[in-house]
Amino acid sequence: MGTVFAQVRRPGPLTLVEDLGRPGQAAMGLGPSGALDGRSLRLANRLVANNDGAAGLEILLGGLELEFRAAAVVAVTGARGELECGGSSRPLNTALELAPGSTLKIGTAAAGLRYYLSVQGGLQTPSLLGSASADILSGMGPRPLQAGDLLERGPAGTDTAERIRQLTVKAPPRPEQVIALRISAGPRRDWFDASSWHRLTGQEWEISADSNRIGARLLGKPLTQLRRGELPSEGMVSGALQVPPSGLPTIFLADHPVTGGYPVIAVVVRADLDLLAQARPGQKVRFFAG
Amino acid sequence: MPGIAAGSSADAAQAGLVLLPCGDSAVLAELPDLTAVLALYRGLSVHRPSGVVDVVPAARTVLVNFDPALIAGAVVRRWLQETTPIAGAEAGTDEVRVDVNYDGPDLVSVAQSLGVSPEEVVALHTSSPWTAAFTGFAPGFAYLVTDHDRLQVPRRGTPRTVVPAGAVGLAGEFSGIYPASSPGGWQLIGHTDAVLWNAHDDGAAALIRPGTRVRFREV
Repeated sequence: MGTVFAQVRRPGPLTLVEDLGRPGQAAMGLGPSGALDGRSLRLANRLVANNDGAAGLEILLGGLELEFRAAAVVAVTGARGELECGGSSRPLNTALELAPGSTLKIGTAAAGLRYYLSVQGGLQTPSLLGSASADILSGMGPRPLQAGDLLERGPAGTDTAERIRQLTVKAPPRPEQVIALRISAGPRRDWFDASSWHRLTGQEWEISADSNRIGARLLGKPLTQLRRGELPSEGMVSGALQVPPSGLPTIFLADHPVTGGYPVIAVVVRADLDLLAQARPGQKVRFFAG
Repeated sequence: MPGIAAGSSADAAQAGLVLLPCGDSAVLAELPDLTAVLALYRGLSVHRPSGVVDVVPAARTVLVNFDPALIAGAVVRRWLQETTPIAGAEAGTDEVRVDVNYDGPDLVSVAQSLGVSPEEVVALHTSSPWTAAFTGFAPGFAYLVTDHDRLQVPRRGTPRTVVPAGAVGLAGEFSGIYPASSPGGWQLIGHTDAVLWNAHDDGAAALIRPGTRVRFREV
């Protein structure tokens, strides 16, 4: 296996191992999983000269403290907050060389929701069907980090000379900012009355505190279903706005069930899901039909 | 759902096939029934164009996920329209035998609700082959259908909070096996020691996949 490079002192509310997931297993009943904000994980990996798909940590809201046991090069991307090592502040979106004995603390996110931490060489964990990602719906993949866990990394790649030291990145959305998400009509748009489509695109929806990696639940004025019949279960995609009888949609994220029995009125554009991954509970989102 | 089919089937070359929008990297094909779904799924399994990520059969639909950087949506839609379905009788499908101990807590009540004896429930469950129509609910959980409707029972009124791994159940037109312990509302008629999902295997993880033929045997 790899080299132990750090021990978890505090795991924070939820820190998971994620890579770019295991798409392609839905026919066996397993969802894609993987980093919700894949763009931020890829940035972190590029900063430390990893392949885009190397496994890193997805850190919900912050609170993670790592004590380094070996020299390591890491980068933290995604949400915006304080990064501290040895009493001094360290920059986000930058390759950081950390010495053995040092402790890296990731503060509570001031903007955005999920940080990504990559270590040069990639996190080494057992993989399942080609991916190390934790899937909270199926329970597949590594369990959430706990205090005392030892983290291992693989050998550094050969292209370290090409390493990018710092990236200028788009800031995560501020908490008070209304997040704009592009949508297109879903397969069951005709299960809803015309005013529901206007209600979908015409109001600001609030991200519920019940949201997780399976789905972002929305609060707002409910949509009205026209058809009352039961929908036979059908395949679901990431970004699907599935509408249960409450009329309040859930946007499916990477750990979504592979099939579902509620109608999908619309689907969020794939490229906007990274942004959605940074939406905090209470944050407003607005949909734009493209 | 003929109402939907009537509205949007203009470009469907294959009889009964309706293509529904599902975002920028998927297409949902709707078919008249489960038999047509399985036939199309078998046909699609013969040759999968590169860029197609997932083909997900369900009760009346086949979902195709694709990578728009590698294949255009129009090419995927044409592939769905032009693929020749393969009927079950023509298919050389995988077959697995599952040994079942018919000691489930709902066996007697299932028999009563069907107006038969528990032995007849077992005979009905073991006498004809089942086919995995689609998966969902949990990794390795397959919805199995057979060629008769004499075992149709509703789900339990109150789901169990814990159903053990290997439990064999009935619900609606389906039979299924719980791959892992979980909550569940199916009527449990027996259990098996078969491993439905091998979480450590880096290759074939599910014993039963869409299209797999399953024969139950009483032990």
